Order: sequence, then C-alpha cells, then structure tokens
Amino acid sequence: MDISKPIASNYGYFNEKYGEQWSALLGALREEHVSALDEVWMPLTHKVDLPTFIVKKDSAMDVLRSLKEKHGFDFLSDYTATDEDESPRFFLVIHLMNLGSKARVRVKIRIAENETMPTLIPLWEGANWAEREIFDMFGIHFDGHPDLRRILMDMRWEGHPLRKDYPLKGYQIFLTPEPLDPELLK
Amino acid sequence: MKEDLKELRSDIPLDIARWGMPGAIDFALKKDSDDIFEDSKVLVNIGPTHPAMHGAFRCMAKLNGEIIEKSYCEFGYTHRAKEKLGENRTYHQFIVYSDRLNYCSALINNVAYAMSVERLMGVELPERAIWIRMMCVEISRVIDHLICVGINAVDLGAFSYFLYGYHQREKAYTLIEKLCGARLTTSYTRIGGLMADAPDGWEKEVKDWVKETRAVVEEMDQLLTNNRIWLKRTKDVAVFNKESCLKYSFTGPNARAAGVDIDLRRDQPCMYYDKMDFDVPVAQTGDVFDRYFVRVEEIKQSLNILLQCADKIKKGPIWSEDKRVRIPDKNVVYNTMEGLIHHFKFFMTGFHVPPGEAYTAFEAANGELGFYIVSRGGTSAHRMRIRGPSFWHYQGLDPMIKGGYLADLVAALGSINVIAGELDR
Repeated sequence: MDISKPIASNYGYFNEKYGEQWSALLGALREEHVSALDEVWMPLTHKVDLPTFIVKKDSAMDVLRSLKEKHGFDFLSDYTATDEDESPRFFLVIHLMNLGSKARVRVKIRIAENETMPTLIPLWEGANWAEREIFDMFGIHFDGHPDLRRILMDMRWEGHPLRKDYPLKGYQIFLTPEPLDPELLK
Repeated sequence: MKEDLKELRSDIPLDIARWGMPGAIDFALKKDSDDIFEDSKVLVNIGPTHPAMHGAFRCMAKLNGEIIEKSYCEFGYTHRAKEKLGENRTYHQFIVYSDRLNYCSALINNVAYAMSVERLMGVELPERAIWIRMMCVEISRVIDHLICVGINAVDLGAFSYFLYGYHQREKAYTLIEKLCGARLTTSYTRIGGLMADAPDGWEKEVKDWVKETRAVVEEMDQLLTNNRIWLKRTKDVAVFNKESCLKYSFTGPNARAAGVDIDLRRDQPCMYYDKMDFDVPVAQTGDVFDRYFVRVEEIKQSLNILLQCADKIKKGPIWSEDKRVRIPDKNVVYNTMEGLIHHFKFFMTGFHVPPGEAYTAFEAANGELGFYIVSRGGTSAHRMRIRGPSFWHYQGLDPMIKGGYLADLVAALGSINVIAGELDR
C-alpha cells in the first residue's frame, strides 16, 4: 500500500483542533523514546485521519505506558489488528483517547506471524477481551494473558477467520454443544 | 430365598445390599451430583436463551447461597462475520449489514457507517441530508433508551412502565417507516446521501411526536423514578465506579452514570451538533439507578434536539454532488445509455475509495460506535473494524456483579443495555 503520498485534504478534519497538541506529543515521544518509533504518519502528510505512530514491538509497552501516564491518553478506545500482505504479517492497531482534550492517536505495532505480544492488561483491564478477539480472529498470541481462549467462535474451531488466506466458504459442524471449561470457575 | 430378594433381608444393612460398601448411603445423601466444587456452592447457568438475558448470551455464575462469588460471560451465538463481510462486499452493499449491529437503533449505525466512508472519501453532504440524519439519530436514541429503561423495569417487575414507553416507540417506528418503508432494518442512508427524501410534513409529525413523548416521559418519570421498590432494587446495586469505567473502556450513558463526562456529540461535534443547545447529563455513583436516570434525562435532551432540528430543517437536495458516490436518478437510467451503464457499474462493481485509513467514532445510543476502515483503493475495504460499545460493556459485567445477589445480575444486565447484534457482530 502506498500510503505515503502527500496531502489528502479529506483527512484534515481534526487537525485544526488538535494539530498543535499532536505535534507537541510527537516531539515529546521522539525525545523520550529515541529509537522506538519506526515511522510516523501525520494527517496532513499521509492519508490517515489520526497521527499514527508505528512503534517497535519491544518498546511498545513503554510507549503506551508513557502515552497513558504522562500524556493523558488514558482511554483505550479500540484494540484490533489488520492482516497485511507484507512481511511482518500483522499490524496491531490501538486507538487511544485523551479524556481531557478528547484528542485521539493511533499506535500500530508490526508483528510477524509467530511472534507474541505482551498483554496490555496491566495498563487497561479492558484489553482482556479485545486480545481474546484478536487471538480468535487473527491467531496472534499474547504473553501473560490470563485466559487466552476463543471468544466469538467455538473453542473447537480451526483457523482464524479474519486472516486474508482464510477460505470464504466451508463448513465446520459440531454435533455437541461447546464443552464447559472447568478451569473457568475455580 | 431367591437371589434378587436378598437385599430385603433385614440383617443386611441397606448400603451394603445396594452399593456393596459400608457408609455408602451417608455419602450418597450428602453428595449432590450438581455440586462439582464439592463445597455446596451452586453453579447456575443463565442463558443463552433465557428471558432475562435480552438476547443470546450466557452467564455462568457460581453462587454461595444467593451471592455471586464468581461468574463468567460467554457470547458469540449470533456471530455473523460482519468484519469479514466488510472486506468482501462493496461499501454500498455493507449498508444493510450495518443495520443488524444494534438493531434497537439501526438508523444510528447507518448514519455512523455512511459518515465513516464519506470521511474516507472526502464527500460533503448537502444541508437537508445532514438535518434528516440528525433527526434520525435522535429518534433512534430516544427509542433505544426507551427500550433499555423499559426492559430494565420489566425485569424488576414494573411492567406497566414498559408499556408506556413501548407505545411511543411504536409511533416512532411509524415515523421511521414513513422515511424508508422499514421499521426495524432501515438501511436508510447511502454513501453521500439518503435513500429517499423525507415526505412532506414529516418534520411536523416529528414535532407532534416529540410533544407527545415529552408528556409520556414525564409521566413515566413520575411513575417510577421515586417509586420506593424501584429505588430499593436499583440504588447502590451493581456499582461500577469511574476508575472501573475507564479501565474497561465504558462509554456513553453507562460511563456518564459513573461521572465520566464524555459525550462525542459535544466533544467531537460532527454534523450540526455544535449548533444545537443541549445538556449532557452526568451522574456520580454508577449504580443501576444512575444508569437508568441518565438515560431518562438523555431522552429529554434528545427530544429537545429533535425540536431544534425540526425548526431548522429546510427543503433542498438530499444527495451529494459528488459523481463518485451519487446513485444516478431513475429517469437518467431509463432514458440514457450513459445513465444505464453508470447504474450498472455502480451496483455491480461499486465505487472506488482512495487508499487511506480512518477511525470514525460516533456517539451511538450505547456509547462510542467506531468504524475503523482501512482502504487500499478498490471497491471494498481492506479492513472493516467495528467497535461496538456493547463488547466493552459486557466485559464489565463480571466485576460489576461480583459479590451481589443473583437477582441483581438481571438488573445490572438490563441497565448496561447489551445488544447481542453489536456484541457478536
């Protein structure tokens, strides 16, 4: 995807309000985490609506923690993934919101097929189910997750449906109901 | 004596005769076959089809007496692979799938979805279309809140309260039917416009309905809000405080009930919300009563917004002038060759959306409804992520009901208004 073509006027709608805050945040992040940011896509230069920080996996937790604790982006708006055709296969996509100024940012983490990501539960407990959904749909594993099972599909399901190579037609039929995991209520 | 009557002989103890070991009868009487924890705690399964669950989801609760010691929630029974469909259908075809997210307020989903694709393409709407969309959103918000507080009251035994709200809800559905011919699955918006213009005099009918509904909501308020039984069932029940709300990413009325002062209509105004005069009700405790009360107040605010919209709306076009997204008019299609080709290409191939990505969050009735669309060009999305508020709210149910009574589980579930369509997607 050629996302680096300059200026698409239709993505500037929040820039008027939050532009200064975003550039200040970018400067601060670059100072604090010198080599953490792989790339930065800003709304007026790239075709994105929010500033998008592409963060190295190893320093992702540090960047997210400082976004949450220092810069006030304490609200986990969304946590999902995308399947790209490139060689680290997946992007983990995290949308954060600053509850004070209501500004949003997007953090992306490149992750290869067999890599694992540390869980975000220490920062936001709500990430629990979001990570289960990412595991269910994309097959990305999370280190330290207390209960990493499928969430939408049956626990006996094979394959991860939102991967791009998942077949669009086919059946997996279970004749018995999904068994209860006795570990769950212990 | 015959062999099979041996056990009737009084000199052989019953437990040896029946189970072949001494003391077995004592064990059998104490042992409850359902007691898998062997500590007299009961495991109760509620759902997937239980009248108190409001949809197909399931809650397993481990009870100690009547107290919920631990629970876990399961869902996914109505999973329809919407995100996968979003990647394999054109942007136009996905409109009908957006209805089936939160089916209590389908119009809000339509509007939010159309808005997210329009932002991705940079399409501007004419004024009338935006006003009609705003009115649709507010009508939907009112009926969504009416069903939420109504069903919550039914679960706790106040049936007549629910009927007052339901009557107005049916009238609102008639208004929606006049717009688009459908009551529940509306599919009213199009990318860059609306399916059809509102009929003549629709604004006036909405105004009449608002006046009626205002009186009814007032009456409902008097009927229930200070009712002693209702207060005892809801006050300080299933409390979810501000910190927990932030941890679990609660949005919308559920977060506002706990003192999180956030409303995307006011904070990130889209359409003409910055020209509207309305208040954002915020409560402090975050119990069932606050969630109920915030919703009732929001109904009143939404009715105010509806009146303001009905005053300001004017006649005009409802379609964007953008040729990429505008569906050709029928007389052009039937009378010109170019129009016919355009029509065919539009519906068979779909329109192309330029590469880019956008996360559009909209204040739906339950909270932040977000569409994160990644486009790589072409007629369907590369990734269509739907952030349904119910997904995050349902996750908060476990900590919310822990230590409470089993009967309060029903109150808590009704008050956070989890909609299975939005949860499972």
